[in-house]
Amino acid sequence: MAEGNGRREAGARQMTGAEMVVQALIDNGVTDIFGYPGGAVLPIYDEIFQQETVRHILVRHEQGAGHMAEGYARSTGRCGVMLVTSGPGATNAVTPLQDALMDSIPLVCISGQVPTAVIGSDAFQECDTVGVTRPCTKHNWLVRNVDELPEIMHEAFRIATTGRPGPVLVDIPKDVQFATGTYIPPSAAKRRTSYQPSIRSRSDTVREAIELLRHAKKPVIYSGGGVINSGPEASHLLREFVQLTDFPITSTLMGLGAYPASGERWLGMLGMHGTYQANMAMHDCDVMLCIGARFDDRITGRLDAFSPNSRKIHIDVDPSSINKIVHVDVPIIGDCGHVLEDMVRLWRAGSADKGRLKPWLEQIESWKARDCLAYSPNDDIIMPQYAIQRLYELTKDRKTFITTEVGQHQMWAAQFYGFEEPNRWMTSGGLGTMGYGLPAAVGVAAAHPDALVIDIAGDASVQMTMQEISTAIQYDLPVKIFILNNHYMGMVRQWQQLLHGNRLSHSYSEALPDFVKMAEAFGATGLHCAKPDDLDDAIQEMIETPGPVIFDCEVANLANCFPMIPSGKAHNEMLLPDEASDEVVSKAIDREGAQLV
Amino acid sequence: MNVKLQPPASAYFITKETESAERRTLSVLVDNEPGVLARVIGLFSGRGYNIESLTVSETEHEKHLSRITIVTSGPPHVLEQIRHQLERIVPVHRVVDLNLVATSKGHDKPIERELALVKVAGTGEKRVEALRLCEAFRGTVIDANTEHFIFEITGRVSKIEQFISIMAPLGLIEVCRTGVVALSRGAEGMLE
Repeated sequence: MAEGNGRREAGARQMTGAEMVVQALIDNGVTDIFGYPGGAVLPIYDEIFQQETVRHILVRHEQGAGHMAEGYARSTGRCGVMLVTSGPGATNAVTPLQDALMDSIPLVCISGQVPTAVIGSDAFQECDTVGVTRPCTKHNWLVRNVDELPEIMHEAFRIATTGRPGPVLVDIPKDVQFATGTYIPPSAAKRRTSYQPSIRSRSDTVREAIELLRHAKKPVIYSGGGVINSGPEASHLLREFVQLTDFPITSTLMGLGAYPASGERWLGMLGMHGTYQANMAMHDCDVMLCIGARFDDRITGRLDAFSPNSRKIHIDVDPSSINKIVHVDVPIIGDCGHVLEDMVRLWRAGSADKGRLKPWLEQIESWKARDCLAYSPNDDIIMPQYAIQRLYELTKDRKTFITTEVGQHQMWAAQFYGFEEPNRWMTSGGLGTMGYGLPAAVGVAAAHPDALVIDIAGDASVQMTMQEISTAIQYDLPVKIFILNNHYMGMVRQWQQLLHGNRLSHSYSEALPDFVKMAEAFGATGLHCAKPDDLDDAIQEMIETPGPVIFDCEVANLANCFPMIPSGKAHNEMLLPDEASDEVVSKAIDREGAQLV
Repeated sequence: MNVKLQPPASAYFITKETESAERRTLSVLVDNEPGVLARVIGLFSGRGYNIESLTVSETEHEKHLSRITIVTSGPPHVLEQIRHQLERIVPVHRVVDLNLVATSKGHDKPIERELALVKVAGTGEKRVEALRLCEAFRGTVIDANTEHFIFEITGRVSKIEQFISIMAPLGLIEVCRTGVVALSRGAEGMLE
């Protein structure tokens, strides 16, 4: 049996529910969890206190625990774990659970619950946690009996991490935590037969896709977060496939880094704030290969004009993604990595005339020459785009992880920071959660103590979860919070300018804190920069300063994020920065677009 | 001040539905565990799908399996989504579109039945007429005194509807219906 304290490996033996929880975490390979104690989880916290295998990171708000677990998961490829108490602890976990659901992040949330005998009596800190979290988890459980607990715990990890990954929640009443039962290790646990995700695709559909691609004259690859989720091998295979085929490739926000930004065939991100060349290639292509992406509305723009002349191939591990938004010609259900492996093999087995792509690649070069990300430089004020460019230049040679909040700064980060590796970019894509980036960065730093972890933030977003800087201080997690401070909720303001007649309703940050003083109050280092000439030195100082840093980077207040596909428009009707005069912006939405809900 | 107000707008592109809605009967085999029905119903309400009828009961006690029969309607691409979304629910074993099965076997539609309890009160001619019609519809009287009947009637949805509308002028008090239960024709079960 076990060495030392007997927790290393557990066969079937008697223990309390609380012990089972900790043992199941250990047996499922968990080394770090993020949580906040409370009455209904005290037995579990008591067990955590008595062991050293699992490190617990105490957060300041349960939402922070969830985003930390998400950042941890996305940067490592492992499952994130959060631990919260009943009632408010559980309801505070709802935002990160839904965030993880929409971005397919493996996350196990363990919540305490009031004792089974008082469930339903409106007891102190009671809430219907499984009811509240049912629509924002892949699956959830209320554990009614301690004997069910080990199998549910192991099943929770299996369901969170397999198929299309996602969040799960295990709600454990306090009496179940105290009760004694028989622990079963993962290897001996029964698995429910109704959940068997398929990862291997049918070979005939892969063959059909390869035939289509071999004869494509204007192909484009559109890859997404599924490639990242599939693991580093999938990104490697994607790069190999692009090299073999010479196909141009674009990616969603979630998929950045799977193919390197410095790669020869890279088009940049696509979608609402994607590049001109990526969106034009999507619109004009004759064969589209979608790998692990889901035709989100921020990607497609006007649906009835979305890539009108292409045959579409869609690879997804979730059958419900196929034909959900856009009808595809060749659906391939399977894990991106496995399918790409088959595709690379089949492509190598045949031949294709690379010369057929020449006019298409030339066309793409002419779109690239349009220089859609150009902006007017300024000697007196820091342009936000310039700030990201400098941040990239000064951090690209290090092991750097970038997280973001949500808004203009997020889009500028996606446009101007060049991602070379998968799992280095953590952002809230589907749910668009302001306040994601700071705690996510703390989670990343917990997983990668040797890395440079930067949250590219906005002045509004960062205030939503600012208290987690205190967590970073406590555990000496040296996150760098790089705030593009424009004194506005910039993206809200941009939309008000575009869509609501420039009526800037409540989008100005009137009472911003002094971020430098705030950093100091938390025990972190505060830096401030407002001049382009000082920026490089200040960024360098941020990198070299040990411990958490909050960097208040004052940028041009009224800069807007372009290019942009305006409301109700197609990919080939982008608004480019040099065309976006005030007059054009005010007329960008026609009457038909304006009527959309 | 002469401010010209722009109408509000958004980036969502809403396409007009071009396909017409179809009515389908889905058979869903699930593990009978707490919350499973809430998961199924929550899916329909959360994603804006229609439920015209829903029945549920444990059908295999040893395996703790329940069968949920859902009558829904929508355009074909929505119906395909409903099926796939149901299949994502962890305790769901299998989802079968019984109309598709019927079509593939050359039948018009699956076997569908519903049971209704119909309470009718009245005296004299109306009372006699109600009882006569119940016999004509092959219903049975399961409760009665001198002032009322409760009829039990089984059949296709259209037959139940027809019976209830006929009873309306004859002293209809209230109705309780089970919703549709359905099986596919032929020797094969839904797991084959």
